[in-house]
Amino acid sequence: MSTAELIVPPTRTQDAGPAEIARKCLYYMCQMREVEDRIERKLYRQGKIVGGVYVGRGQEAVSVGTAVLAAPEDVLFPSHRDMAALLIRGVTPGQVFAQYMGRVGGVTRGKDGNMHMGDLKLNIVSIISAMAASVPVAAGAALALRYQAKNHIVFCYFGDGATSRGDWHEGLNFAAVQKLPVVYICNNNQYAYSTPVARQMSCANVADRGPAYGIPVEIVDGNDVLAVHEAGRRAVEHARAGKGPYLLECKTFRMTGHSAHDAADYVPKHLWDEWAKLDPITRLEARMRDQGWATEAELDALHARIRGEVDEAVAWAEKSPYPDPATLLEDVYEAW
Amino acid sequence: MPTTYLEAIREGLWEEMERDANVFLIGEDIATYGGAFKVTAGFVEKFGEMRVVDTPISESAIVGASIGASLMGLRAVAEMQFSDFITCGFDQIVNFAAKCRYRWNAPVPMVVRAPSGGGIHGGPFHSQNPEMWFVRTPGLKVVTPATAYDAKGLIKSAIRDNDPVLFFEHKGLYRRIKEDLPPEPYTVPIGKARIAREGRDLSIITYGAMVWVALEAAGKLAEEAIEVEVVDLRTLLPLDRKTVCESAKKTSKVLLLHEDTRTGGMAGELAATLTETVWDDLDGPIVRVTAPDTPVPFSPPLEEAFLPNAEKVIEKARWLFRY
Ligand SMILES: Cc1ncc(C[n+]2csc(CCOP(=O)(O)OP(=O)(O)O)c2C)c(N)n1
Repeated sequence: MSTAELIVPPTRTQDAGPAEIARKCLYYMCQMREVEDRIERKLYRQGKIVGGVYVGRGQEAVSVGTAVLAAPEDVLFPSHRDMAALLIRGVTPGQVFAQYMGRVGGVTRGKDGNMHMGDLKLNIVSIISAMAASVPVAAGAALALRYQAKNHIVFCYFGDGATSRGDWHEGLNFAAVQKLPVVYICNNNQYAYSTPVARQMSCANVADRGPAYGIPVEIVDGNDVLAVHEAGRRAVEHARAGKGPYLLECKTFRMTGHSAHDAADYVPKHLWDEWAKLDPITRLEARMRDQGWATEAELDALHARIRGEVDEAVAWAEKSPYPDPATLLEDVYEAW
Repeated sequence: MPTTYLEAIREGLWEEMERDANVFLIGEDIATYGGAFKVTAGFVEKFGEMRVVDTPISESAIVGASIGASLMGLRAVAEMQFSDFITCGFDQIVNFAAKCRYRWNAPVPMVVRAPSGGGIHGGPFHSQNPEMWFVRTPGLKVVTPATAYDAKGLIKSAIRDNDPVLFFEHKGLYRRIKEDLPPEPYTVPIGKARIAREGRDLSIITYGAMVWVALEAAGKLAEEAIEVEVVDLRTLLPLDRKTVCESAKKTSKVLLLHEDTRTGGMAGELAATLTETVWDDLDGPIVRVTAPDTPVPFSPPLEEAFLPNAEKVIEKARWLFRY
């Protein structure tokens, strides 16, 4: 297999075989890792990033394993650690870097920053900062899709902490009552800022909340992208068949502080060590080698290729200008 | 050793918790972590988990529980991680807390601390100044300290107050300003403005971080022999109309300044008050310098254009002085 074959176009994997799924997933997981490493470990330290940085290191399998299942017309509501959902949809790494640097080339043209990216042309709805605020909005998007007699569905992402908000509960309940086509994807990364999940909720799993709303649930190893993909496929089929929402809880770990300025001293050291062994990219690569889906040389070539793409993207973003202050007053409303 | 604005709030909280066993803190990541801005670092070690309560991400529960506990005789001090998230507890504040006393004569002696304000490249959801959503809610008190001295004195008064108080602490001031504080305990009364600088030619009426912008502008204008008086409101609700009007009477020219956006901002209320009360004493139109009516933009050049600064104030003040 050549490198070119490893780097697969952003099409759906709903009906693909395991080798093809693995290759697609690996590409996007590595791309997300590289883009976020560049932001958090290089550009941020160089003082080139504006504002805060929240990355999904160690959780890449969650957004990748699910977002590759989406049809272009399906609507995505990524949260702040779901970078791959944006990349898979066609947001370019250059746009992401420009966004983080406050340049006009960013998805929000400098009006907003970091992971607050949305583009209706790509059927991506931007988050706001308030956790879980997207959840009722996702129900509304699903309502519209059904109203318009479109057989498309909504992918709604959030963390464990977000499920404590009233908006989360209202959004889920409404979607369930209406049997709306929403797939909920929870990245349970064990922490919400400094708060461990046991201080966030008294049930063992986020998924335990699903039955209270009459929503079927599944708990999956969130660091095994093929397992996420398998479970995701069931969730998507359920929602697309008009059977209502489905809640997928992906158990994973936030392999970083809450944000770039957080040393996360509150996380016991043994957790870092245990979860480091479960790195989703390392695991997928091992599987691919074992299965003969990729050779070492091909994997090396993939990483080199991604690094090159990311270098180019950073250079592009750094050439993108800052917004003209004259645009400050634009776009509060539709122009008239 | 000078005390920062942040340490001053911390000291005020600490002293009140030592003084009154009914005072407790509640919020996200405030115990073990010590809060997103570390205002409450070390509190759980000293006061224990009963008095420093970590919560899930549930602002409505934080405010609601604060109300409930305060109705039962405690004094809750709730922390919003950023003031922008106060919206998630909005109903509890404006409908539950604010109306208890008027409806059934029940006091709700609680404080909601909310780190607010821009200039930190926080973007639309980590930079807002949400005070006016509450200033138009009778039953609440709204406090906006500008100095370390006032931050400490006002948080203490807020905790002792028998009505719900929203305490907007400006993030940009946390570590930027410091001053020597008196070693002995003191409070600063809610509802009293302060003359931050005396002058005879023109009054700038402002609050929060903009007090420092006004003082910077006043310093530069003094070099042009324009003597500016700076009024620091300190409390927006109840408003110290007397101090505002006296300053306007004295200088006969008024510039209103706030970091919050323009329409429905504090300046509108102040202008109406001044027009009603001291119209005959004014020698020029009441002018304002505020942020424009947009969300707070993220990118530095946009945010710079958005925020009021000394240059913008000086330009307006010169115009008014010559009027
Ligand atoms: C309503 C609200 N309150 C507080 C915050 C501050 N905050 C930002 S992220 C975060 C933790 C989120 O945890 P979780 O939902 O588990 O997502 P994770 O960051 O772990 O992916 C908090 C408390 C917020 N964004 N929104």
